[in-house]
Amino acid sequence: MELRIEELSVVTDGRTLVDRLSLTVSEGAIVGLVGPNGSGKSTALRCVYRALRPSAGAVRVGGQDLSRLTPRQSARTVAATTQDGGVDVDFTVEEVVALGRAPHRRGNEPLNARERELCRAAMERLDIAHLAQRTVPGLSGGERQRVLLARALVQEPRVLVLDEPTNHLDIRHQLGLLSFLRGAGLTVLVVLHDLNLAAAVCDRVGVLADGRLVATGTPAEVLTAQLVDEVFGVRAEVVPHPVSGAPQLLYSLDPS
Amino acid sequence: MIGQQRQAAAPVAPGPKRRLASRRGLLGACAVLTLLLVVSVVVAIGLGPAVIAPGETARHLWAALSGGTIGADEVTTHQIIWQIRTPRVLLAALVGAGLSAIGVVIQAMVRNALADPFVLGVSSGASVGAVAVTTTGGLAVLGIHAVSVGAFLGALGASLLVYLAAAGRGGLSPLRLVLTGVAMSLGFQAVMSLLVYLAPNNEATSTVLFWTMGSFGAASWDVLPVVAVAVLGGLVLMYRRGRVLDVLSLGDETAASLGVAAGRQRTVLLVIVSLVTGVMVAVSGAIAFVGLVMPHVVRILVGATHARVLAVAPLAGALFMVWVDLAARTVVAPRELPLGVITALVGVPVFVALMRRGGYTFGGR
Repeated sequence: MELRIEELSVVTDGRTLVDRLSLTVSEGAIVGLVGPNGSGKSTALRCVYRALRPSAGAVRVGGQDLSRLTPRQSARTVAATTQDGGVDVDFTVEEVVALGRAPHRRGNEPLNARERELCRAAMERLDIAHLAQRTVPGLSGGERQRVLLARALVQEPRVLVLDEPTNHLDIRHQLGLLSFLRGAGLTVLVVLHDLNLAAAVCDRVGVLADGRLVATGTPAEVLTAQLVDEVFGVRAEVVPHPVSGAPQLLYSLDPS
Repeated sequence: MIGQQRQAAAPVAPGPKRRLASRRGLLGACAVLTLLLVVSVVVAIGLGPAVIAPGETARHLWAALSGGTIGADEVTTHQIIWQIRTPRVLLAALVGAGLSAIGVVIQAMVRNALADPFVLGVSSGASVGAVAVTTTGGLAVLGIHAVSVGAFLGALGASLLVYLAAAGRGGLSPLRLVLTGVAMSLGFQAVMSLLVYLAPNNEATSTVLFWTMGSFGAASWDVLPVVAVAVLGGLVLMYRRGRVLDVLSLGDETAASLGVAAGRQRTVLLVIVSLVTGVMVAVSGAIAFVGLVMPHVVRILVGATHARVLAVAPLAGALFMVWVDLAARTVVAPRELPLGVITALVGVPVFVALMRRGGYTFGGR
């Protein structure tokens, strides 16, 4: 399903965090949202997974305005992994993954056989099946990130929203997660810090600065030395990746 | 459970031991606890200054329930059993059940392992209400129930104040709620001290003592139905929100992504918890420790899933409280020990022992 963010604005305490942001993620595409700290990336995402009500504008999934759905209904189409992935209590991995079915189940209704199989398959795909009985607070950062992703998949969403999913991951797990996203066939909107990872995985990239979308397009169109200088204030050389051809940024230590 | 057998063979670090992890284990645990509770209630009704054998107690209880007859020489025994001890033991069971379940819910609501049913100022609010009625003679039209009603109103007022002070733009955040509760509690305690200081009579002092230590001495058939409806109704409402509580303990952002509006759910839960706690505190005072520790004990045994914890915690809490009350009224008879003293002296060592064995982390590492 297509995800459309239309003229989205978020204003709190007189500060404009997101300013008339419009961005479309077409069906099955991966769109990256990059930008300096505090540029409004996470705030925009929060509107998509309904943690925040936009001050103006709309988020549409398959043409449907999310604000007209109940939180449960939109959680059946949009799943998210958020930055507050900390789990307070001693849930096992299996239990946390099963909570991905919460939007589909009333009250304490137990999962049916198909749903249990769904959970098992998601844990298998993300290579956490062997951790099923372990408690989440005792996991490493990388394992926990995969648990959160498995939970999001179990939601059977059409759209997946990820807030810095590669945080705390070593390079192998970063690449593993991103190549998994490429193969998942979902419509994905992902906030990434690492521009090179964004260039490698995203079909399109949107660049946010001070809440405004300043550039959007394919990684090669957007991630230029000039833009990186303007938006992030760093000097970088852009070279094509020798194998994939994706733009790669080589940073200089001295600021521009 | 094939998955679990395979799991046992896999080379992973051991997680916490959960002997009651399966669904069958849970039902079994509930059945055993229910049986123990029924037996304990009968035994506890029989024990006291006049010891009555369990069989004899059961016969009297049956006679009272079925409208059967008893011998003329047994009227005194019957009075002791039916009019004095039965309401008291049942009240202990109800309050134990309620405090344990509310502890579970509060800890999930404010996302804090140290929270207990009184963390939001309910108990100190109740004390203020009770002392205010005692010292001013207000609510006199209500007769002997005036102090309890005052305590209930105080508890509700305290919850309302905490809610109003904590509610902000994004709804009720866990940290704001718990900080406001703690701060307000201290404020209510100050007001209570002031009231006692300004009206220094023995009645006010003993009222304060009753509400801060807890006792089931005021139990009677008059108040029992109100407590039963509040506690049992509350238990059902809270149990039905088991999965919502699971989702809330993943954090508000994650809750939103799973279709749970955390702020609104927290408000609903606060209303339930305040009403039930208010009723319990009004009749039995603030019995410390049970609502803090019983949730952890039960989680160690059955895991953290709230529907499971909320099935077992009320039974475990009721069982525990029946025995605590029995100890309170028999150990140094004819004097009575404050319940809070026993709950802490018995509960702390048991809790520490369980915690050290289970590899339980309280959500930390």
